[in-house]
Amino acid sequence: MKRNSVAIVGAAETTDLGKIPNLSQIGLHADAALNALAECGLTIKDIDGVATAGHDVTEVVHYLGITPKWVDNTSVGGCSFMLHVRHAAAAINSGLCETVLITHGESGRNRIGQLNRAIFPSLFQTQFEQPYGVTFPPTRFTIPVMRYMKEYGLTEEQLASVAVVQREWAAKQSRASFRDPITVDDVLSSKMICYPFRLLMCCLVTDGGGALIMTSAERAKDFPTKPVYVRGTGESAETPLISQMEDFTSSRAFRVSGKSAFEEAGISHSDVDHLMIYDAFAHLPIYGLEDLGFVKPGEGGAFIADGNTRPGGQLPLNTNGGGLSYMHSGMYGMYALQEGMRQMRGVSDAQVEGAEISVVHGVGSMFGAAGTIVLTNNPG
Amino acid sequence: MAERAIPTPTPESQHYWDGTKQGELRIQACNTCEQNYFPPRPFCPKCGSRDVKVVKASGKGKLYSYIINHLPSPGFTPPFTVAIVELEEGVRLMTNLLEVEPDPAKLELDMPLEVTFEKLTDDISLPQFKPAK
Repeated sequence: MKRNSVAIVGAAETTDLGKIPNLSQIGLHADAALNALAECGLTIKDIDGVATAGHDVTEVVHYLGITPKWVDNTSVGGCSFMLHVRHAAAAINSGLCETVLITHGESGRNRIGQLNRAIFPSLFQTQFEQPYGVTFPPTRFTIPVMRYMKEYGLTEEQLASVAVVQREWAAKQSRASFRDPITVDDVLSSKMICYPFRLLMCCLVTDGGGALIMTSAERAKDFPTKPVYVRGTGESAETPLISQMEDFTSSRAFRVSGKSAFEEAGISHSDVDHLMIYDAFAHLPIYGLEDLGFVKPGEGGAFIADGNTRPGGQLPLNTNGGGLSYMHSGMYGMYALQEGMRQMRGVSDAQVEGAEISVVHGVGSMFGAAGTIVLTNNPG
Repeated sequence: MAERAIPTPTPESQHYWDGTKQGELRIQACNTCEQNYFPPRPFCPKCGSRDVKVVKASGKGKLYSYIINHLPSPGFTPPFTVAIVELEEGVRLMTNLLEVEPDPAKLELDMPLEVTFEKLTDDISLPQFKPAK
């Protein structure tokens, strides 16, 4: 896409986060959408493009009362919303629509009106993985890590430090689910889920939603909100089978998506003020730092354990506390984008002072897919 | 809970499940680029050639990675091991590890493994791996 040609003018989460017993999945989509519309002074009549994942886009369109000229129902797991931002930017630039609403809603905890997601079933998976007793994401996403640990000497303590550092960020966030400090010992003595992963290395399961509103950079100047520009984008996919990843120490989808986003944005790693890497489990920020090129292969665990990504460190990472501490409804990518937006607007509870470039990287369907968005508040 | 997942063969994978029923682990190889591959499909995922064949794998490999699953799973008693085996032929498969405890002290990466077959139904036998003798 053309750098900074499209902006995000509306960004909001659901009114509540965490435990929301009074809204179903579609209700969470709508609550977030109405919040995002209100903050940028639009009504539903102004929306002519809609994207969502994990829910039929036609139901979102009908429920909200939208007449779209463009829809996108790309559902590749938790990073779907990064792909929606990328696709929406292309659609707006090519004149297919003017104003796009991207919604997410998921009753992950209370499971009210939760629909079976269209992202997990795979013909190969049912034949070659499920018969071995893998079920929920903790039983699959974690499988490559022992190989990574052997190849690079990553320790369980370093893995635990990911959760500890992110809790330090969550402590600053008024809407985070968990804010009390934890230690490496706390993590390593929490309940075993899938060795070597313990409970505090795994994401939360909560209720919530989020929405984004995008339009051309030209039109964005007329909005009451401070526009945040989409400077670069990337996406890729590899396999729904964790057993068939090309490389157990690195994600091909991460590498392809990240490279594309950095090249589009025309930035180097030293330009990045703020970083979000989707952390469904503690190893993901480690893989992400390496596959996006912030550190060399094998260095991610020590980089985090040494404090480089904590408050006051050189590379603020997952400043909302991440899926490990902030919230994780099931498809967390929307919340990573929301924190990137807050940082670029200068309104995060854990604001990185003077931040002008935020990179938001998502993963989906285990290591199946990836999406990367470079946001900026300074179009130059 | 629901019952253990039983594979449903497709026309493209029938040779694989016919093989396991006969105590044979079958993978595929490309006659054009000579790569071995898995899971089954009637063309080579490396080069796209349809000129491929079914070959019998040695059934020997090494422990490539694993988890010890403590979560409930239909048909399993946790904790149990879910592993990835890398066959001598270069392809990787998911497996459980039989005849060895789900204990990190007993599971060393790269330890040699060999195939065995677990009969799930009259039609489906599942390839499984155990420490090589």
